[in-house]
Amino acid sequence: MSVAVENIPSKFEVLDQALESQMTLSMGPQHPSTHGVLRLELQLDGELVIKAVPDIGYLHTGMEKLFEYKKYQQGIVITDRMDYLNPLGNNLAYVMAAEKLLNLEIPERAQIIRVLFCELQRIASHMVWLGTHALDIGAMSPFFYAFRQREKILNLIEAASGGRMTPSYFRIGGLMMDLPAGFERRCRQFLEDFPAALDQFETLVTGNTIWQSRTKGIGVITAEEAIDWGLTGPCLRGSGVSLDLRRDNPYSGYETYDFEVPVEPDGDVWARFRVRMRELYESYKIVVQALERLKPGPIKADAPKVVLPDRDDMRKHMDSLIHHFLIVAEGFNVPEGEVYHAIEGSKGELGCYLRSNGGPKPDRVHFRGPSFINLQALPVMSEGEMVADVVAIIGSLDIVLGEIDR
Amino acid sequence: MSDTKILHEYVERLKEANPAWVADLKDTYGEVTVTVSRESIADACRFLKTENGFDMLADLNGADRGPEEDPRFEVVYHLFSTKHFNRLRLKVLLSEDDPHVSTVTSVWKTANWHERETFDMFGVIFDGHPDLRRILLPSDFDGHALRKDYPLRGYEPYSLT
Repeated sequence: MSVAVENIPSKFEVLDQALESQMTLSMGPQHPSTHGVLRLELQLDGELVIKAVPDIGYLHTGMEKLFEYKKYQQGIVITDRMDYLNPLGNNLAYVMAAEKLLNLEIPERAQIIRVLFCELQRIASHMVWLGTHALDIGAMSPFFYAFRQREKILNLIEAASGGRMTPSYFRIGGLMMDLPAGFERRCRQFLEDFPAALDQFETLVTGNTIWQSRTKGIGVITAEEAIDWGLTGPCLRGSGVSLDLRRDNPYSGYETYDFEVPVEPDGDVWARFRVRMRELYESYKIVVQALERLKPGPIKADAPKVVLPDRDDMRKHMDSLIHHFLIVAEGFNVPEGEVYHAIEGSKGELGCYLRSNGGPKPDRVHFRGPSFINLQALPVMSEGEMVADVVAIIGSLDIVLGEIDR
Repeated sequence: MSDTKILHEYVERLKEANPAWVADLKDTYGEVTVTVSRESIADACRFLKTENGFDMLADLNGADRGPEEDPRFEVVYHLFSTKHFNRLRLKVLLSEDDPHVSTVTSVWKTANWHERETFDMFGVIFDGHPDLRRILLPSDFDGHALRKDYPLRGYEPYSLT
Protein backbone atom coordinates (compact mmCIF):
# COMPACT_ATOMS: atom_id res chain seq x y z
CA MET A 1 0.00 0.00 0.00
CA SER A 2 1.39 3.29 -0.94
CA VAL A 3 0.41 6.72 0.19
CA ALA A 4 0.64 9.73 -1.99
CA VAL A 5 3.24 12.19 -0.78
CA GLU A 6 0.89 15.11 -0.53
CA ASN A 7 -1.41 13.14 1.78
CA ILE A 8 1.09 12.66 4.61
CA PRO A 9 0.01 14.93 7.45
CA SER A 10 2.77 17.43 8.04
CA LYS A 11 3.87 17.21 11.65
CA PHE A 12 6.73 19.68 11.44
CA GLU A 13 6.41 23.09 10.03
CA VAL A 14 9.38 24.63 8.31
CA LEU A 15 9.63 28.19 9.45
CA ASP A 16 10.83 31.01 7.29
CA GLN A 17 12.26 32.78 10.28
CA ALA A 18 14.14 31.61 13.34
CA LEU A 19 12.23 31.13 16.57
CA GLU A 20 12.07 34.26 18.61
CA SER A 21 12.36 32.41 21.87
CA GLN A 22 15.79 31.71 23.29
CA MET A 23 17.01 28.59 24.90
CA THR A 24 19.17 27.90 27.93
CA LEU A 25 21.78 25.20 27.54
CA SER A 26 23.70 23.74 30.44
CA MET A 27 27.17 22.85 29.17
CA GLY A 28 29.02 20.60 31.56
CA PRO A 29 29.98 19.75 34.27
CA GLN A 30 30.66 16.41 32.59
CA HIS A 31 31.35 17.79 29.14
CA PRO A 32 34.87 16.74 28.06
CA SER A 33 35.73 20.11 26.52
CA THR A 34 35.25 21.94 29.82
CA HIS A 35 38.58 20.53 31.06
CA GLY A 36 37.25 19.19 34.30
CA VAL A 37 34.06 20.04 36.08
CA LEU A 38 33.19 23.46 34.76
CA ARG A 39 29.53 24.15 34.09
CA LEU A 40 28.45 26.89 31.74
CA GLU A 41 24.94 28.23 31.58
CA LEU A 42 24.56 29.38 28.00
CA GLN A 43 21.70 31.53 26.82
CA LEU A 44 21.35 30.74 23.13
CA ASP A 45 19.60 32.28 20.18
CA GLY A 46 19.97 29.58 17.59
CA GLU A 47 23.68 28.90 17.75
CA LEU A 48 24.60 32.35 18.96
CA VAL A 49 25.65 32.75 22.55
CA ILE A 50 23.73 35.64 24.09
CA LYS A 51 24.91 35.14 27.63
CA ALA A 52 27.38 32.81 29.28
CA VAL A 53 27.51 32.30 33.03
CA PRO A 54 30.25 30.04 34.41
CA ASP A 55 29.24 27.96 37.41
CA ILE A 56 32.18 26.69 39.42
CA GLY A 57 32.84 25.01 42.73
CA TYR A 58 32.27 21.35 41.80
CA LEU A 59 35.86 20.53 42.73
CA HIS A 60 36.04 22.63 45.87
CA THR A 61 38.05 20.75 48.48
CA GLY A 62 38.64 23.44 51.08
CA MET A 63 42.40 23.61 50.58
CA GLU A 64 42.76 27.11 52.01
CA LYS A 65 41.04 25.90 55.18
CA LEU A 66 43.25 22.82 55.32
CA PHE A 67 46.43 24.93 55.17
CA GLU A 68 45.51 26.49 58.52
CA TYR A 69 45.53 23.08 60.16
CA LYS A 70 48.86 21.89 58.72
CA LYS A 71 52.43 22.87 59.49
CA TYR A 72 54.28 24.98 56.97
CA GLN A 73 56.19 22.07 55.45
CA GLN A 74 53.01 19.98 55.20
CA GLY A 75 51.35 22.72 53.17
CA ILE A 76 53.67 22.05 50.23
CA VAL A 77 51.88 18.76 49.59
CA ILE A 78 48.53 20.57 49.33
CA THR A 79 49.87 23.02 46.75
CA ASP A 80 50.69 20.14 44.39
CA ARG A 81 47.03 19.33 44.12
CA MET A 82 45.79 22.76 43.11
CA ASP A 83 47.01 23.31 39.58
CA TYR A 84 47.88 19.69 38.98
CA LEU A 85 49.44 20.46 35.58
CA ASN A 86 51.90 22.90 37.11
CA PRO A 87 52.63 21.53 40.60
CA LEU A 88 56.21 22.77 40.76
CA GLY A 89 55.06 26.31 40.05
CA ASN A 90 52.62 26.07 42.96
CA ASN A 91 55.39 24.70 45.18
CA LEU A 92 57.59 27.63 44.23
CA ALA A 93 54.98 30.32 44.97
CA TYR A 94 54.29 28.81 48.38
CA VAL A 95 57.87 28.13 49.48
CA MET A 96 59.07 31.53 48.27
CA ALA A 97 56.36 33.25 50.30
CA ALA A 98 57.42 31.28 53.38
CA GLU A 99 61.09 32.01 52.67
CA LYS A 100 60.28 35.70 52.49
CA LEU A 101 58.82 35.53 56.00
CA LEU A 102 61.75 33.48 57.29
CA ASN A 103 64.29 35.67 55.46
CA LEU A 104 66.20 32.67 54.05
CA GLU A 105 69.04 32.86 51.58
CA ILE A 106 68.70 30.14 48.95
CA PRO A 107 71.95 28.70 47.54
CA GLU A 108 72.63 29.25 43.87
CA ARG A 109 72.42 25.63 42.81
CA ALA A 110 68.98 25.29 44.37
CA GLN A 111 67.79 28.40 42.55
CA ILE A 112 69.07 27.12 39.21
CA ILE A 113 67.41 23.75 39.71
CA ARG A 114 64.16 25.52 40.63
CA VAL A 115 64.27 27.52 37.41
CA LEU A 116 65.14 24.40 35.43
CA PHE A 117 62.17 22.46 36.79
CA CYS A 118 59.74 25.36 36.57
CA GLU A 119 60.48 25.73 32.89
CA LEU A 120 60.27 21.98 32.26
CA GLN A 121 56.95 22.03 34.06
CA ARG A 122 55.79 24.96 31.96
CA ILE A 123 56.57 22.97 28.81
CA ALA A 124 54.69 19.97 30.22
CA SER A 125 51.71 22.16 31.13
CA HIS A 126 51.65 23.76 27.69
CA MET A 127 51.82 20.28 26.13
CA VAL A 128 48.60 19.32 27.91
CA TRP A 129 47.05 22.61 26.84
CA LEU A 130 48.07 22.06 23.20
CA GLY A 131 46.89 18.46 23.13
CA THR A 132 43.50 19.10 24.71
CA HIS A 133 42.91 22.36 22.88
CA ALA A 134 43.52 20.62 19.56
CA LEU A 135 41.37 17.69 20.63
CA ASP A 136 38.50 20.04 21.50
CA ILE A 137 38.61 21.63 18.09
CA GLY A 138 38.73 18.25 16.39
CA ALA A 139 42.39 17.44 15.69
CA MET A 140 43.18 14.21 17.45
CA SER A 141 46.78 13.40 16.55
CA PRO A 142 48.48 16.44 18.18
CA PHE A 143 47.19 15.11 21.49
CA PHE A 144 49.33 11.97 21.22
CA TYR A 145 52.42 13.83 20.03
CA ALA A 146 52.06 16.37 22.84
CA PHE A 147 51.57 13.78 25.52
CA ARG A 148 54.65 11.92 24.36
CA GLN A 149 56.74 15.03 25.09
CA ARG A 150 54.99 15.55 28.40
CA GLU A 151 55.70 11.97 29.37
CA LYS A 152 59.43 12.56 28.92
CA ILE A 153 59.28 15.58 31.24
CA LEU A 154 57.23 13.70 33.82
CA ASN A 155 59.90 11.01 33.77
CA LEU A 156 62.55 13.64 34.48
CA ILE A 157 60.49 15.03 37.35
CA GLU A 158 59.96 11.53 38.66
CA ALA A 159 63.69 10.84 38.54
CA ALA A 160 64.40 13.89 40.70
CA SER A 161 61.50 13.85 43.14
CA GLY A 162 59.88 10.42 43.02
CA GLY A 163 56.51 11.85 42.01
CA ARG A 164 55.09 12.48 38.56
CA MET A 165 52.04 14.65 39.15
CA THR A 166 52.67 15.53 42.79
CA PRO A 167 56.43 16.07 43.13
CA SER A 168 56.62 18.38 46.24
CA TYR A 169 60.22 18.84 45.16
CA PHE A 170 60.76 22.40 46.36
CA ARG A 171 60.98 22.73 50.11
CA ILE A 172 61.16 25.76 52.36
CA GLY A 173 64.85 26.63 52.26
CA GLY A 174 65.83 24.69 49.16
CA LEU A 175 65.05 21.35 47.56
CA MET A 176 63.96 17.95 48.77
CA MET A 177 67.23 16.41 47.58
CA ASP A 178 69.88 16.86 44.96
CA LEU A 179 69.49 15.71 41.37
CA PRO A 180 70.11 12.01 40.84
CA ALA A 181 73.18 10.73 38.99
CA GLY A 182 72.70 10.87 35.23
CA PHE A 183 69.93 13.45 35.39
CA GLU A 184 71.81 15.98 33.30
CA ARG A 185 72.41 13.40 30.58
CA ARG A 186 68.73 12.47 30.48
CA CYS A 187 67.71 16.11 30.43
CA ARG A 188 70.08 16.83 27.53
CA GLN A 189 68.61 13.88 25.68
CA PHE A 190 65.16 15.41 26.01
CA LEU A 191 66.40 18.83 24.93
CA GLU A 192 68.08 17.39 21.84
CA ASP A 193 64.79 16.08 20.52
CA PHE A 194 62.57 18.92 21.64
CA PRO A 195 63.12 21.54 18.89
CA ALA A 196 62.28 18.92 16.28
CA ALA A 197 59.11 18.10 18.21
CA LEU A 198 58.21 21.80 18.27
CA ASP A 199 58.59 21.97 14.50
CA GLN A 200 56.34 18.96 14.26
CA PHE A 201 53.61 20.80 16.16
CA GLU A 202 53.95 23.76 13.86
CA THR A 203 53.37 21.46 10.90
CA LEU A 204 50.58 19.53 12.58
CA VAL A 205 48.61 22.42 13.97
CA THR A 206 49.79 25.91 13.05
CA GLY A 207 49.80 25.51 9.30
CA ASN A 208 46.44 23.75 9.24
CA THR A 209 43.85 25.91 7.50
CA ILE A 210 40.94 24.41 9.45
CA TRP A 211 42.78 25.25 12.65
CA GLN A 212 43.33 28.81 11.50
CA SER A 213 39.75 29.37 10.49
CA ARG A 214 38.53 27.98 13.81
CA THR A 215 40.79 30.25 15.86
CA LYS A 216 41.37 33.53 14.01
CA GLY A 217 39.08 36.37 15.07
CA ILE A 218 37.33 34.23 17.70
CA GLY A 219 36.96 35.25 21.34
CA VAL A 220 38.53 38.69 21.04
CA ILE A 221 39.40 40.68 24.15
CA THR A 222 41.12 44.06 23.95
CA ALA A 223 44.17 45.04 25.99
CA GLU A 224 42.23 47.50 28.21
CA GLU A 225 39.55 44.94 28.92
CA ALA A 226 42.12 42.23 29.56
CA ILE A 227 43.82 44.36 32.22
CA ASP A 228 40.47 45.36 33.71
CA TRP A 229 39.46 41.72 34.01
CA GLY A 230 42.82 40.90 35.59
CA LEU A 231 44.00 38.51 32.88
CA THR A 232 47.63 37.47 33.22
CA GLY A 233 50.08 35.19 31.50
CA PRO A 234 49.63 34.10 27.88
CA CYS A 235 46.01 35.34 27.85
CA LEU A 236 47.18 38.90 28.58
CA ARG A 237 50.17 38.71 26.24
CA GLY A 238 47.81 37.49 23.54
CA SER A 239 46.06 40.86 23.84
CA GLY A 240 49.25 42.77 23.17
CA VAL A 241 50.30 43.62 26.75
CA SER A 242 53.92 42.75 27.37
CA LEU A 243 53.88 41.57 30.98
CA ASP A 244 55.87 38.66 32.30
CA LEU A 245 56.72 38.46 35.98
CA ARG A 246 59.88 36.53 35.17
CA ARG A 247 61.17 39.68 33.50
CA ASP A 248 59.23 42.42 35.33
CA ASN A 249 59.24 41.16 38.93
CA PRO A 250 62.13 38.70 38.72
CA TYR A 251 62.51 35.99 41.34
CA SER A 252 64.79 32.98 41.81
CA GLY A 253 67.45 34.49 39.53
CA TYR A 254 65.30 34.83 36.38
CA GLU A 255 66.85 38.24 35.67
CA THR A 256 70.12 36.53 34.73
CA TYR A 257 68.61 34.38 31.97
CA ASP A 258 68.32 35.41 28.38
CA PHE A 259 64.81 34.98 26.99
CA GLU A 260 62.17 36.87 25.05
CA VAL A 261 58.61 37.61 26.09
CA PRO A 262 56.39 36.77 23.11
CA VAL A 263 53.48 39.15 22.55
CA GLU A 264 50.68 38.98 19.96
CA PRO A 265 48.42 41.97 19.39
CA ASP A 266 45.13 40.48 18.19
CA GLY A 267 43.58 39.21 21.44
CA ASP A 268 41.82 36.25 19.79
CA VAL A 269 42.18 32.49 20.26
CA TRP A 270 44.84 32.40 17.56
CA ALA A 271 46.94 35.08 19.31
CA ARG A 272 46.84 33.18 22.61
CA PHE A 273 47.78 30.03 20.73
CA ARG A 274 50.74 31.72 19.06
CA VAL A 275 51.97 33.20 22.36
CA ARG A 276 52.06 29.78 24.00
CA MET A 277 53.73 28.14 21.01
CA ARG A 278 56.46 30.77 21.02
CA GLU A 279 56.76 30.54 24.79
CA LEU A 280 57.58 26.86 24.49
CA TYR A 281 60.74 27.76 22.63
CA GLU A 282 61.68 30.43 25.21
CA SER A 283 61.24 27.91 28.02
CA TYR A 284 63.44 25.51 26.12
CA LYS A 285 66.10 28.25 25.90
CA ILE A 286 65.96 28.82 29.66
CA VAL A 287 66.27 25.11 30.41
CA VAL A 288 69.37 24.92 28.21
CA GLN A 289 70.93 27.90 30.00
CA ALA A 290 70.07 26.54 33.44
CA LEU A 291 71.59 23.19 32.59
CA GLU A 292 74.84 24.86 31.52
CA ARG A 293 75.05 26.75 34.80
CA LEU A 294 74.64 23.73 37.08
CA LYS A 295 77.66 23.49 39.35
CA PRO A 296 78.06 21.30 42.41
CA GLY A 297 77.14 23.08 45.60
CA PRO A 298 74.71 23.10 48.51
CA ILE A 299 71.00 22.78 47.72
CA LYS A 300 69.63 23.75 51.12
CA ALA A 301 69.79 27.02 52.99
CA ASP A 302 71.96 27.24 56.08
CA ALA A 303 69.06 27.20 58.55
CA PRO A 304 69.16 24.02 60.61
CA LYS A 305 65.96 24.84 62.49
CA VAL A 306 63.94 25.08 59.27
CA VAL A 307 65.57 22.81 56.70
CA LEU A 308 65.59 19.05 57.26
CA PRO A 309 69.19 17.78 57.63
CA ASP A 310 70.71 15.24 55.25
CA ARG A 311 70.29 11.62 56.20
CA ASP A 312 74.04 11.13 56.43
CA ASP A 313 74.39 14.09 58.79
CA MET A 314 71.79 12.65 61.10
CA ARG A 315 73.80 9.48 61.58
CA LYS A 316 76.91 11.38 62.59
CA HIS A 317 75.73 14.46 64.46
CA MET A 318 73.51 14.54 67.49
CA ASP A 319 72.28 18.09 66.86
CA SER A 320 71.15 17.20 63.33
CA LEU A 321 69.09 14.38 64.77
CA ILE A 322 67.52 16.74 67.31
CA HIS A 323 66.72 19.33 64.65
CA HIS A 324 65.17 16.67 62.45
CA PHE A 325 63.02 15.44 65.30
CA LEU A 326 61.88 18.95 66.21
CA ILE A 327 61.04 19.97 62.64
CA VAL A 328 59.02 16.82 62.01
CA ALA A 329 57.30 16.63 65.39
CA GLU A 330 56.69 20.27 66.22
CA GLY A 331 57.44 22.22 63.07
CA PHE A 332 59.25 25.54 63.10
CA ASN A 333 57.97 28.94 64.11
CA VAL A 334 57.65 31.52 61.38
CA PRO A 335 57.93 35.22 62.32
CA GLU A 336 54.71 37.17 62.48
CA GLY A 337 53.71 39.05 59.36
CA GLU A 338 52.08 38.82 55.97
CA VAL A 339 53.57 38.53 52.50
CA TYR A 340 52.33 38.16 48.96
CA HIS A 341 54.61 36.49 46.50
CA ALA A 342 53.72 36.16 42.85
CA ILE A 343 55.45 34.07 40.21
CA GLU A 344 54.77 33.59 36.54
CA GLY A 345 53.01 30.25 36.46
CA SER A 346 52.26 28.48 33.21
CA LYS A 347 48.81 30.10 33.14
CA GLY A 348 49.57 33.54 34.53
CA GLU A 349 50.32 35.30 37.77
CA LEU A 350 50.32 32.69 40.50
CA GLY A 351 50.33 34.53 43.79
CA CYS A 352 50.49 33.23 47.33
CA TYR A 353 49.29 35.37 50.22
CA LEU A 354 50.77 33.96 53.39
CA ARG A 355 50.13 35.25 56.86
CA SER A 356 51.73 34.04 60.04
CA ASN A 357 50.88 34.67 63.68
CA GLY A 358 54.27 33.41 64.86
CA GLY A 359 53.40 29.73 65.27
CA PRO A 360 54.25 26.59 63.31
CA LYS A 361 51.01 26.74 61.30
CA PRO A 362 49.98 29.54 58.95
CA ASP A 363 47.19 31.87 59.99
CA ARG A 364 45.87 32.31 56.47
CA VAL A 365 46.98 31.06 53.08
CA HIS A 366 45.35 32.36 49.94
CA PHE A 367 46.26 31.47 46.40
CA ARG A 368 45.65 33.78 43.50
CA GLY A 369 44.99 31.13 40.91
CA PRO A 370 45.43 32.48 37.39
CA SER A 371 42.80 30.08 36.02
CA PHE A 372 40.20 31.45 38.44
CA ILE A 373 40.64 34.98 37.21
CA ASN A 374 41.12 34.11 33.55
CA LEU A 375 37.89 32.12 33.52
CA GLN A 376 36.02 35.16 34.77
CA ALA A 377 36.63 36.84 31.42
CA LEU A 378 35.05 33.94 29.49
CA PRO A 379 31.64 35.66 29.13
CA VAL A 380 33.31 38.74 27.66
CA MET A 381 35.08 36.62 25.05
CA SER A 382 32.27 34.24 24.20
CA GLU A 383 29.17 36.42 24.09
CA GLY A 384 28.22 36.93 20.46
CA GLU A 385 30.11 33.83 19.29
CA MET A 386 28.83 30.41 18.25
CA VAL A 387 28.46 27.52 20.71
CA ALA A 388 31.25 25.60 19.00
CA ASP A 389 33.56 28.58 19.43
CA VAL A 390 32.98 28.60 23.17
CA VAL A 391 34.82 25.26 23.21
CA ALA A 392 37.75 26.84 21.38
CA ILE A 393 37.76 29.82 23.75
CA ILE A 394 37.80 27.60 26.86
CA GLY A 395 40.72 25.72 25.36
CA SER A 396 42.60 28.94 24.68
CA LEU A 397 42.18 30.08 28.30
CA ASP A 398 44.00 26.94 29.52
CA ILE A 399 42.06 26.53 32.74
CA VAL A 400 42.58 23.90 35.41
CA LEU A 401 39.59 23.35 37.64
CA GLY A 402 41.71 22.12 40.52
CA GLU A 403 43.08 25.62 40.82
CA ILE A 404 39.80 27.43 40.21
CA ASP A 405 37.89 25.60 42.93
CA ARG A 406 40.81 24.92 45.28
CA MET B 1 64.72 43.09 51.03
CA SER B 2 63.65 45.13 48.08
CA ASP B 3 63.56 48.91 48.22
CA THR B 4 60.22 50.37 49.23
CA LYS B 5 61.06 54.05 48.69
CA ILE B 6 59.04 54.25 45.48
CA LEU B 7 56.03 52.68 47.22
CA HIS B 8 56.15 55.33 49.95
CA GLU B 9 55.92 57.98 47.24
CA TYR B 10 52.56 56.54 46.16
CA VAL B 11 51.41 56.56 49.78
CA GLU B 12 52.45 60.21 50.05
CA ARG B 13 50.39 61.02 46.97
CA LEU B 14 47.47 59.18 48.50
CA LYS B 15 47.84 61.27 51.65
CA GLU B 16 48.06 64.47 49.64
CA ALA B 17 44.89 63.69 47.74
CA ASN B 18 42.94 62.99 50.92
CA PRO B 19 44.67 62.64 54.32
CA ALA B 20 41.71 60.70 55.69
CA TRP B 21 42.37 57.78 53.31
CA VAL B 22 45.54 56.56 55.01
CA ALA B 23 44.55 55.31 58.44
CA ASP B 24 47.69 53.26 59.03
CA LEU B 25 50.90 52.43 57.18
CA LYS B 26 53.14 49.41 57.53
CA ASP B 27 56.37 48.52 55.77
CA THR B 28 57.32 44.90 56.35
CA TYR B 29 59.23 42.31 54.30
CA GLY B 30 59.69 44.80 51.48
CA GLU B 31 55.93 45.25 51.07
CA VAL B 32 53.89 48.30 52.00
CA THR B 33 50.44 47.91 53.55
CA VAL B 34 48.06 50.84 53.77
CA THR B 35 45.01 50.53 55.99
CA VAL B 36 42.07 52.41 54.51
CA SER B 37 38.72 53.12 56.12
CA ARG B 38 35.91 51.08 54.63
CA GLU B 39 33.94 54.10 53.39
CA SER B 40 36.79 55.38 51.24
CA ILE B 41 38.24 52.16 49.80
CA ALA B 42 36.58 52.56 46.38
CA ASP B 43 37.69 56.21 46.11
CA ALA B 44 41.24 55.41 47.16
CA CYS B 45 41.38 52.54 44.66
CA ARG B 46 40.03 54.72 41.88
CA PHE B 47 42.62 57.40 42.67
CA LEU B 48 45.45 54.85 42.62
CA LYS B 49 44.17 53.37 39.37
CA THR B 50 43.63 56.56 37.41
CA GLU B 51 46.38 58.81 38.77
CA ASN B 52 49.11 56.37 39.76
CA GLY B 53 49.01 53.59 37.21
CA PHE B 54 47.85 50.76 39.47
CA ASP B 55 45.66 49.44 36.67
CA MET B 56 45.36 45.83 37.79
CA LEU B 57 43.86 44.31 40.90
CA ALA B 58 46.12 41.30 41.31
CA ASP B 59 44.30 39.78 44.23
CA LEU B 60 41.57 40.45 46.74
CA ASN B 61 41.05 38.18 49.69
CA GLY B 62 39.67 38.11 53.18
CA ALA B 63 41.16 37.06 56.47
CA ASP B 64 39.73 36.26 59.86
CA ARG B 65 41.67 37.32 62.95
CA GLY B 66 39.58 35.14 65.23
CA PRO B 67 36.17 35.44 66.91
CA GLU B 68 37.54 37.21 69.98
CA GLU B 69 39.22 40.01 68.00
CA ASP B 70 37.69 43.35 67.12
CA PRO B 71 37.85 44.36 64.30
CA ARG B 72 37.59 40.74 63.31
CA PHE B 73 37.77 40.65 59.51
CA GLU B 74 40.28 42.01 57.06
CA VAL B 75 39.79 42.50 53.35
CA VAL B 76 43.14 42.69 51.60
CA TYR B 77 43.62 44.27 48.16
CA HIS B 78 46.78 43.64 46.18
CA LEU B 79 47.27 46.32 43.57
CA PHE B 80 49.65 45.86 40.68
CA SER B 81 50.73 48.04 37.82
CA THR B 82 51.36 46.76 34.32
CA LYS B 83 53.32 49.96 33.64
CA HIS B 84 55.77 50.37 36.51
CA PHE B 85 55.39 46.85 37.99
CA ASN B 86 55.02 47.94 41.61
CA ARG B 87 52.75 46.30 44.14
CA LEU B 88 50.79 47.98 46.90
CA ARG B 89 48.62 46.35 49.50
CA LEU B 90 45.48 48.02 50.82
CA LYS B 91 43.59 46.74 53.77
CA VAL B 92 40.14 47.33 55.24
CA LEU B 93 39.26 46.26 58.78
CA LEU B 94 35.70 45.19 59.56
CA SER B 95 33.91 44.32 62.77
CA GLU B 96 31.88 41.15 63.14
CA ASP B 97 28.59 42.95 63.80
CA ASP B 98 28.77 45.06 60.68
CA PRO B 99 30.88 43.33 58.00
CA HIS B 100 29.98 45.74 55.20
CA VAL B 101 32.43 47.31 52.76
CA SER B 102 31.77 49.09 49.50
CA THR B 103 32.58 47.15 46.36
CA VAL B 104 35.44 47.92 43.99
CA THR B 105 33.80 46.21 41.00
CA SER B 106 33.20 49.68 39.56
CA VAL B 107 36.98 50.24 39.57
CA TRP B 108 38.14 46.84 38.36
CA LYS B 109 35.76 44.31 36.83
CA THR B 110 37.98 41.50 38.05
CA ALA B 111 36.94 42.24 41.64
CA ASN B 112 33.59 40.57 40.94
CA TRP B 113 34.59 36.94 41.59
CA HIS B 114 37.14 37.87 44.23
CA GLU B 115 34.44 39.61 46.23
CA ARG B 116 32.03 36.74 45.73
CA GLU B 117 34.66 34.36 47.05
CA THR B 118 35.34 36.56 50.09
CA PHE B 119 31.59 36.76 50.76
CA ASP B 120 31.31 33.00 50.38
CA MET B 121 34.17 32.19 52.72
CA PHE B 122 33.93 34.95 55.35
CA GLY B 123 30.46 36.46 55.08
CA VAL B 124 31.82 39.91 54.27
CA ILE B 125 29.13 41.86 52.42
CA PHE B 126 30.22 44.08 49.56
CA ASP B 127 27.70 46.90 49.20
CA GLY B 128 26.85 47.70 45.61
CA HIS B 129 28.16 44.42 44.18
CA PRO B 130 26.15 43.49 41.05
CA ASP B 131 25.80 39.78 41.79
CA LEU B 132 26.77 38.85 45.35
CA ARG B 133 26.15 35.10 45.45
CA ARG B 134 28.17 32.18 46.77
CA ILE B 135 30.70 31.03 44.19
CA LEU B 136 32.61 27.95 45.38
CA LEU B 137 30.21 26.49 47.92
CA PRO B 138 26.61 25.47 47.18
CA SER B 139 23.96 28.15 47.63
CA ASP B 140 22.33 26.28 50.55
CA PHE B 141 25.60 25.94 52.47
CA ASP B 142 25.37 26.72 56.16
CA GLY B 143 27.98 29.13 57.55
CA HIS B 144 31.16 30.62 56.15
CA ALA B 145 33.87 28.02 55.81
CA LEU B 146 37.07 30.03 56.26
CA ARG B 147 35.98 31.70 59.51
CA LYS B 148 38.13 30.56 62.39
CA ASP B 149 35.14 29.33 64.38
CA TYR B 150 33.97 27.10 61.51
CA PRO B 151 35.15 23.53 62.26
CA LEU B 152 37.44 21.86 59.71
CA ARG B 153 34.97 19.05 59.06
CA GLY B 154 31.86 21.21 59.15
CA TYR B 155 28.95 21.31 61.56
CA GLU B 156 27.42 18.06 60.36
CA PRO B 157 29.08 14.73 61.21
CA TYR B 158 30.92 13.34 58.20
CA SER B 159 29.01 10.73 56.26
CA LEU B 160 29.15 9.43 52.73
CA THR B 161 25.45 8.67 52.49
